[in-house]
Amino acid sequence: MFYREAGDFKTSYRDDSQTFPIGFDRYRYYAVLVLAFAVVPFVIDDYWASAIFVPFLIYAIAAIGLNILVGYCGQLSLGTGGFMAVGAYACYKLMTAFPDLNIVVCILGGGLVTAAVGVLFGLPSLRIKGFYLAVATLAAQFFLVWLFNKVPWFYNYSASGQISAPARSVFGLPVTGPGVEAWAQYMICLVFAVVLAWAARNLTRGTVGRSWMAIRDMDIAAEIIGVNPLKAKLTAFAVSSFYIGIAGALFFAVYLGAVEVGEAFGIQKSFLILFMIIIGGLGSIFGSFAGAAFLVLLPVLLKNVLVGTLGWPTDLTAHVQLMIVGALIIGFLIAEPHGLAQLWRIGKEKLRLWPFPH
Amino acid sequence: MTTRLAPLALCAALAAGPALADLVFPDLSYRTGPFAAGGIPFSDGYQDYFTLMNERDGGIGGVKARVPECETAYNTEKGVECYEATKGDGALIYQPLSTGITYQLIPKVEADHIPLHTMGYGRTSAANGKVFEWVFNYPANYWDGASVVIKYLMDENGGSLEGKKITLLYHNSAYGKEPIPTLEALSKKHGFKLTLIPVDSPGQEQKSQWLQIRRERPDVVVMWGWGVMNQVAIQEAANIGFPMDHFIGNWWAGAEHDVTPAGMAADGYKALNMNRVVDYPVFADIRTHVVDKGLAAGDGSNVGSVLYTRGMYAAMLAVEAAKTAQEMTGTAQIDAAMMRDGMEHLEMTAARMDALGMPGIGPEFSVSCADHGGSGMAIVQQWNAGDKKWVPLTDFIAPDAEVIAPLVEADSAAFAAENGIAPRCD
Repeated sequence: MFYREAGDFKTSYRDDSQTFPIGFDRYRYYAVLVLAFAVVPFVIDDYWASAIFVPFLIYAIAAIGLNILVGYCGQLSLGTGGFMAVGAYACYKLMTAFPDLNIVVCILGGGLVTAAVGVLFGLPSLRIKGFYLAVATLAAQFFLVWLFNKVPWFYNYSASGQISAPARSVFGLPVTGPGVEAWAQYMICLVFAVVLAWAARNLTRGTVGRSWMAIRDMDIAAEIIGVNPLKAKLTAFAVSSFYIGIAGALFFAVYLGAVEVGEAFGIQKSFLILFMIIIGGLGSIFGSFAGAAFLVLLPVLLKNVLVGTLGWPTDLTAHVQLMIVGALIIGFLIAEPHGLAQLWRIGKEKLRLWPFPH
Repeated sequence: MTTRLAPLALCAALAAGPALADLVFPDLSYRTGPFAAGGIPFSDGYQDYFTLMNERDGGIGGVKARVPECETAYNTEKGVECYEATKGDGALIYQPLSTGITYQLIPKVEADHIPLHTMGYGRTSAANGKVFEWVFNYPANYWDGASVVIKYLMDENGGSLEGKKITLLYHNSAYGKEPIPTLEALSKKHGFKLTLIPVDSPGQEQKSQWLQIRRERPDVVVMWGWGVMNQVAIQEAANIGFPMDHFIGNWWAGAEHDVTPAGMAADGYKALNMNRVVDYPVFADIRTHVVDKGLAAGDGSNVGSVLYTRGMYAAMLAVEAAKTAQEMTGTAQIDAAMMRDGMEHLEMTAARMDALGMPGIGPEFSVSCADHGGSGMAIVQQWNAGDKKWVPLTDFIAPDAEVIAPLVEADSAAFAAENGIAPRCD
């Protein structure tokens, strides 16, 4: 009824191939952007920023990054935590070595260094596939964590091996270190998330994205029709690692402020982000956001409802929460193996026909 | 969009906050995860002491104490969530019992002006109150602990450690790495050979580490462990036949649950402690006023154990600081800034500990503007597997201030320079 293409006439190819061809969808997208940029910053407080929005946005960036590699290019990776660590440590080294450098440049620098490291660890993907590649990236995960623990240069020889983000600002507003306003912290993550998501969406619609998907669907066929697997796979690793590196840099500098590599970027982080894209939907930008929201917000929501409202003991809640989240993951995947993005797609199809399904 | 609905529901859940006017002592505990074995008794002791204050004394200076609990699972992200969730409640002091969470909270508490007390963990150089205005780590920190171990070993070995081989087996994290600079400085000073062996968290797998220890045959193994790592290390030491009385844990590696899984094989294992663990009169009060009334945070079985005592000690120091603040300001309803002043003027004397029903539980110390670290003294205790009891071996041993003071000075100066902090207290 309200969600339909009837009467929505396109007069140019450009209009026809836009991301949101249906008017209602487009306005909803603008509404979300307006809400995120013009409403949330004015009402957000420390709790909402630090516990909900900032981790959600950062995990969404990481999930988009991994989705490019796994969902679009079909190269299974378990090295996400290690690559996030590269982003965080590169950002930290840039921040401390060049105190005058803008934090945005440091974060982008963290992304670029991670892209280089990602390409390096992506080289085996030219020879090995599937589970075997997962094992090779798993090696990257363990090697990188070990490296950042072992070599004191990376953590500037601090006594504890922790890295702590010094105070840095954007346009005179502090975004890292002590004294950060909740909305500033939120805005920097939001800007990165929106720009990167927009870039990812358009990359995956273009030549590069199509060559990734060709490799994913059948690499030999793709090679025969002229897709260069070396270029396609390595660009996927580079772009994916760039995203993950930025997520790692934000995670360290903006979100936590201090990290130790084994605790923050261990193997469990790799799995967490992989689960996000599996639950959200492989090969979907919206799915990356949905998956991140599901795995970041749901535990916090459950905790607040069970402890805050129902007054359960905290340990019982922590255990029950694991069971509920686990059961929901299984439930969702049985109901829709292609993730939340597919549910969303089906929902939209249904809406299109509603209220006259036949 | 589905993603926007969850926060709305959350908002409703959060709006139901309780009324103010209590003294709020949030407890960031961990009763789940690989470190729960240590987190549970500590949290029980911490909460039970506040309950005792409410039940026996009618609160602190007449105002009831409230202890909202938040589960961190020793995870830094959850720790931040817990901090943000509880700080708006009028929180007076944070004791996260995690070095990792401490590092994240240091900049936050400096900005939010809430005191952070990291008793025997956290950032060691926070002992320098000139730089760390809102962070306290009295009565002792890791570098004190490392120095006390070496001092004890010197006494054992006739005053010299020349040519001895000492191995540090440590949790490969910020926590485990903290003592390394001190031990390295001490190894230069006293001429012993130091070997560092890391164990990756959580530490269930230590075969290769103990193989290395077996090969190198160190004279002493010092352990900086926590959680499941301790039990495994003691079991592995028993497996290779390492003499237990040459195996010394720090104060987080010396509780009942660390040694009991190895049974009789753990007999003679030593550990530091910052509290003497004996049957204090206050435990009887806790049993009557808290456990028997069904108000205990846990099931009451932990009363009197090593970590329960330490949790209770942490709560006692917080209560005494609050009382000091109440006396200083003349108002019972103190806020976080007054609490900080109270902590800075805290004086623990033997008479005060006697009056509280816990004579000699900790060292005597006093806190000042420049010194947030206390005396740094600790005892060495030994496990008697037959009686299932920790036996104090020594009196409180003072650390080597000559070595530690310059290290604290250097590390805090680096932090001050990094963050543009001007030293205070002059």
